[in-house]
Amino acid sequence: MSTEQPTLEVRDIVKTYGGVRALGGVSLRLLPGEVHCLAGENGSGKSTLIKIISGVERPDSGDIVIGGESHPYVSPSDAIRAGVQVIYQDFSLFPNLTAAENIAMLTELADRRKLSSRRRIRATAERIVADLGLRLDLDADVEHLSVADRQLIAICRALVGEARVLIMDEPTTALTHSEVERLFGIVRRLQARGVAIVFVSHKLDEVLDISQHVTVLRNGEVVSSGEASGYTGRSIAKAMTGRDVNEDRHVDDLPESAEPLLIVDSLGRKDAFEDVSFALRKGEILGITGLLGSGRTEIAEALFGVHPADSGSVTLDGTPRRIHSISDAVEAGIGYVPEDRLTQGLFLDKSIADNMVAASLSSYRGKALLLDRGRIGRSMADLFQRLRIKAPNAKAPVRSLSGGNAQRVVIAKWLDRKPSVLMLNGPTVGVDIGSKEEIFTILREQAAAGMGIVVISDDIPELVTSCHRVLIVRAGRIVAEMTGSDIAVDAIQERMTA
Amino acid sequence: MGTLRRLRGPNNEGVLVAVILVLVVVMSLASDAFFTPNTFFGLVRSSLVPLVFALGVLMVLISGGIDVSFPAIAIFAAYTTVSWSGQASFDPTLVGAFVVAIVIGAALGFVNGAVIARFRLPTLIVTLGTQGIIRGILLAYIGSAYIASSKMPPSVAQAGDAYLLDIPGAGYLHGMMVPVVVVTVLVWWMLKYTTFGRSIYAIGGDIEAARRVGIKVVRTQIMLYSLVGGLAAFGGMISVILGKNANPQTLVGTELDIIAAVVLGGASIFGGRGSVLGTVLGVILVQLINNNLVLIGIPSTWQRAAVGILLIVGVGVQALVALRSRPQPVLLDEEVSRA
Repeated sequence: MSTEQPTLEVRDIVKTYGGVRALGGVSLRLLPGEVHCLAGENGSGKSTLIKIISGVERPDSGDIVIGGESHPYVSPSDAIRAGVQVIYQDFSLFPNLTAAENIAMLTELADRRKLSSRRRIRATAERIVADLGLRLDLDADVEHLSVADRQLIAICRALVGEARVLIMDEPTTALTHSEVERLFGIVRRLQARGVAIVFVSHKLDEVLDISQHVTVLRNGEVVSSGEASGYTGRSIAKAMTGRDVNEDRHVDDLPESAEPLLIVDSLGRKDAFEDVSFALRKGEILGITGLLGSGRTEIAEALFGVHPADSGSVTLDGTPRRIHSISDAVEAGIGYVPEDRLTQGLFLDKSIADNMVAASLSSYRGKALLLDRGRIGRSMADLFQRLRIKAPNAKAPVRSLSGGNAQRVVIAKWLDRKPSVLMLNGPTVGVDIGSKEEIFTILREQAAAGMGIVVISDDIPELVTSCHRVLIVRAGRIVAEMTGSDIAVDAIQERMTA
Repeated sequence: MGTLRRLRGPNNEGVLVAVILVLVVVMSLASDAFFTPNTFFGLVRSSLVPLVFALGVLMVLISGGIDVSFPAIAIFAAYTTVSWSGQASFDPTLVGAFVVAIVIGAALGFVNGAVIARFRLPTLIVTLGTQGIIRGILLAYIGSAYIASSKMPPSVAQAGDAYLLDIPGAGYLHGMMVPVVVVTVLVWWMLKYTTFGRSIYAIGGDIEAARRVGIKVVRTQIMLYSLVGGLAAFGGMISVILGKNANPQTLVGTELDIIAAVVLGGASIFGGRGSVLGTVLGVILVQLINNNLVLIGIPSTWQRAAVGILLIVGVGVQALVALRSRPQPVLLDEEVSRA
């Protein structure tokens, strides 16, 4: 145990929400100049702990020690004045204000300014943007900016004040490989300045790359804590889930006889991608990867008719298909799990069962055009079991589910339609490692049963673990195809950016 | 295209100016009686009270709320002030009367703010409730009788005849225009150049993010509703002065027209957007229709329908423009269930 004075320490924090214990006596010491990784599955209490440190939530009991002084709780402005900065997973930006104002808002408030000056705000924002070597349109309203830009703005905002403790909750989900590298450069510089950093990420390689200390939470308790050098990705995953998680490549051989299911021939869409050709065989899991904006999402959206292609052809099961709309795609037997499942794939306040049945209502039409409730109930119960969704029952609203479970509901919705091809875009974004493995187990089962599966993802390790083949997209073209043992993290990363 | 977009303004102020100009031209062509100082002065006079109320509604809308209690607060504060000082035969002077009314209004607004901020209740429901309570207390305990200007404190009664500009035969500009213009400029300045004003925008943009960034949301909301209550009372006093009487039944039912004018002026009903310039234009547009539709041969019974149509068309156009300017996420489920 280090004798160094911690910048911030929490002791025996307990927090319950309506009888459910989110944190059961958690202690954490954040030392100056140290990157502390906080790992844990969704629902393990990481977010609650962060909210308590940043003053957004009050603990039921325990102490928060800042600069040697002990407090039972802190307010958000106390925390900010003490130099605690958080980059939230949802960014917590103001969509209606400009980028500059979003960045400068914190310091304006911390300095207790009564008057607001556009010039000063602009100067503050410009300084930090230049300092970090970024290019951002500071006058644009945040709602008009891309997700990656928003993440960068959230980072700028956190760094613009004199941060002494910086908490980063999944700061890299929307960033490309090179942006992540740049962020890590910034983190190392802050570290040299003596800032204590908390880093939360589901990408364990990333975590081990940057942190010196690791604390793993499970069910609201610290299950493991120590020097990062004593951990491997596998041992963290084991501590998080309480069981062995296999991240090695695990791909069933495709039978030689597997027939092509989906044939895409020189598909193109103006200003998005061109000359995209590939064939997906029955039972195959095909990975498509590329940087943000490379065209990977656009290809999937064209195949699903969201933004239809304007040239090329698609053949499904030997029949040429024209896909001009989502209904065409659905009719042809293509299913699509979108990138942003919360806004695009789910009715958050409806029950799990209602969500699962949403895409296939017409197949439950009984006599007199009424829905056959009994049959729906039976299928939903079956899916609920098969996908091992963690919820009291299928009547619970989807909003109450963790990321991994919500994703399973979206997948269940499509499985109920029995598509011949299922495309998934970023199926594990914001999904913890245990659920991730289970999601891929589900996909493997479906593939084994003859479905063709396309996974669009920038989580390269997961593609390596599960895909028969990986296509790499760069600037709207397929630039490489890897099969079998050629599929490796380094090789893919190189081809993505080269 | 760039110039066009700039002319349109961030909240479609340019479009409003164009619509107002078209209306003015059409009305001028349709009737000789329209393009006269008289009409103009009448428009200004009839816009004063709605504008003050609209500024309050604007601030509440920007913060992500909606307030329907302002007419009740306005008449409560103004009626109580003139009724008490009339009964006590005490003249608090014009400024004094305004101060008393504004303090009463701010106190009522404080109640709104405290309930909304502390208990995080929906603003529409809270203000719907308080407006009923305020009106009830006014009628039951303060009075329900009409008060003529002769029964008011002399300074308040005289203010009703104070003209800024009086052109015989052509009408007059009322002196109350001065404080209204001053208040309008103050609200504009506050929303744009104070941290408090920017915090209101921030809260309307994302209240949780505002909390996280260190804005004292509870305090800001209470201050906002107190301020809006005070503003309502200020409008109530002006209404009493201009009308030369105080009647607890006036102003009732004006809230939706005011909210319509503010929304027409580009403020978003979902919070975070809106400008003082747009609000001024929205109020002028609604008043122009209310006062002068009859001049182009449309019966006055159609006034409300005209405002309603304008509101839906106006907001609809804005929504369409917003739709086209950025790609919207496609709601898959919607498409599929249609399939």
